[in-house]
Amino acid sequence: MDPSQALEMLKNGVPTSWYLTLSALLFSIGVAGFMIRRNIITVFMCIELMLNAVNLSFIAFAHQHKQVSGHLFTFFVMVVAAAEAAVGLAIILTVFKNRSTLNIDEINTLKN
Amino acid sequence: MPANFAPSSSELLRFSPELILSGAGTLLMILDPFFGKKMPKLFGHLSIVAFILAIFGALAANGDAGPAFSNLLIVDGFATFFRILVLVIGILAVLASYRYLDRENSETSEYHALMLFSVAGQCLMVASNDLIMIFIGLEISSIASYILAGYLRDDKRNNESALKYFLLGSFATGFFLYGIAITYGITASTKLNVIATALNAPGVSLPMIGFAVALMLVGLGFKISGAPFQMWAPDVYQGAPAPVSAFMATAPKAAAFAILLRIFMTSFQQSATLWEPFIWISALASMTIGNFGALTQTNLKRMLAYSSIAHAGYLLVAVAARSEFGTAAAMFYLAAYALMNIGAFGVIIHISGKGEKHVQISDLAGLAQKQPVTAALLTVFLLSLIGVPLTGGFFGKFYIFHAALKANLVWLSVLGLLNSAVAAYYYLRLLVVMYMQEPGEVTNSLEPLTPGLSAALVLPAIGTFFLGILPGAVLTFARSAAIFTR
Repeated sequence: MDPSQALEMLKNGVPTSWYLTLSALLFSIGVAGFMIRRNIITVFMCIELMLNAVNLSFIAFAHQHKQVSGHLFTFFVMVVAAAEAAVGLAIILTVFKNRSTLNIDEINTLKN
Repeated sequence: MPANFAPSSSELLRFSPELILSGAGTLLMILDPFFGKKMPKLFGHLSIVAFILAIFGALAANGDAGPAFSNLLIVDGFATFFRILVLVIGILAVLASYRYLDRENSETSEYHALMLFSVAGQCLMVASNDLIMIFIGLEISSIASYILAGYLRDDKRNNESALKYFLLGSFATGFFLYGIAITYGITASTKLNVIATALNAPGVSLPMIGFAVALMLVGLGFKISGAPFQMWAPDVYQGAPAPVSAFMATAPKAAAFAILLRIFMTSFQQSATLWEPFIWISALASMTIGNFGALTQTNLKRMLAYSSIAHAGYLLVAVAARSEFGTAAAMFYLAAYALMNIGAFGVIIHISGKGEKHVQISDLAGLAQKQPVTAALLTVFLLSLIGVPLTGGFFGKFYIFHAALKANLVWLSVLGLLNSAVAAYYYLRLLVVMYMQEPGEVTNSLEPLTPGLSAALVLPAIGTFFLGILPGAVLTFARSAAIFTR
């Protein structure tokens, strides 16, 4: 990109599509991590990454539409994510207490 | 214009079931230190009272139907039908829980409070007219059921069930939420009817709509345990406490189907060509995986989990029909399915014993000789699950396939009916074990039915017969309610 183009971009701000691409990338990293990683805490962090990637999308769209509601949604999502984290960590704790492992492959006693 | 934030009285009335349920849940937790040890049954009684009050609230709200809180909520026949359905499921689940909690010596107040909160979330999501409200209701309902799935903290099976339910449930939520974000990006709104109008405008990017719809379908597919997102259901239903499995297989599923119908019939009706093939494939895959998976199971709870996947498949057939009659058929089927499934789980609660040691199919041996009434009730539920005439399950399947044929889904109907024939085998196998085999160790030492559990078996049986003999009343209400999804 030549300097005049870069200057133009600085004046207009970063285009929305860049934010959306970043959001999609973060979301994909979260999904991939959820499937690949074997530690429950890491898997849980990947879920949080997915939710925050969505938050980024909400904010980018809100900026594009010049609306406040999109910003507000992120607060709803954050509150829900916090509640989910509280419950999720408690569940992970009970699992660890009873099995002394956090490897997701070793938690497989069900099935007959 | 100065904004008026005070809710009007009719808004409060339209929101009353949620208010009653969350108030009662909070009250239960406040009362716990005073009565927790002395009167463990009090909390169950109180939550039944709260559920009944909430049913009256839902009926009163229906008398004053309309939107509330600047169109975030909408009370109409559709919302009322599902509100009453989940509230009735709540009552039956509480009735089925008394003996179980007593046997396991566990705290009762939190259990019942969580169930109230979960149902409050379901009432909220079925009455939402806004994607963000749907998301919040869905999460209130889900987070409470994650805890319920692992309620007996020291039981390894409970832990595993809660962990799997939590991880996959939140994963699904992420997809659903991303779908909401993209929809918001395309239409600049999250209100269902505004989205429908915005999507009709020229120049809307079709691939983007497709992307949003696909993400939402993934999220909702997990919640209704439809294939290919069904893999969590067998583990979770097998590992969770039996009354909680009964609850999870019915109430959250009914509410998830309600929002699936509302979102896709209201907002995405015009873009149906994008999503109908996926519903079609998912319906067929769910029926096939569910029924063939259930054939080889020896664990009763796991078998019912596979059967619930199959039933999600039948319900998706009704969604694929994309008509008001299809919506009404799905609503009728959800009511019939809730009754027969809670009843079947009720019998499992009865025979399972302390620590849920006896949940194998062979443990039912000779039940008919020792407790003929229990066996007869289970027979009613199994026949309804097969879809034998005179039971609610028959008319449920009949209406669904009728709607599918009307919508020219001939192949899906044929394959669905073949699937029901396969399903008959594993339900009838239970009847054979129950009636033809000699009583075993489990049935010989079986305790008599307790009052709560008998109510949780007799009421669904009456309901099943009612839906099977006089389906007209419920179907008429469902048909008049289905119009509101437009």
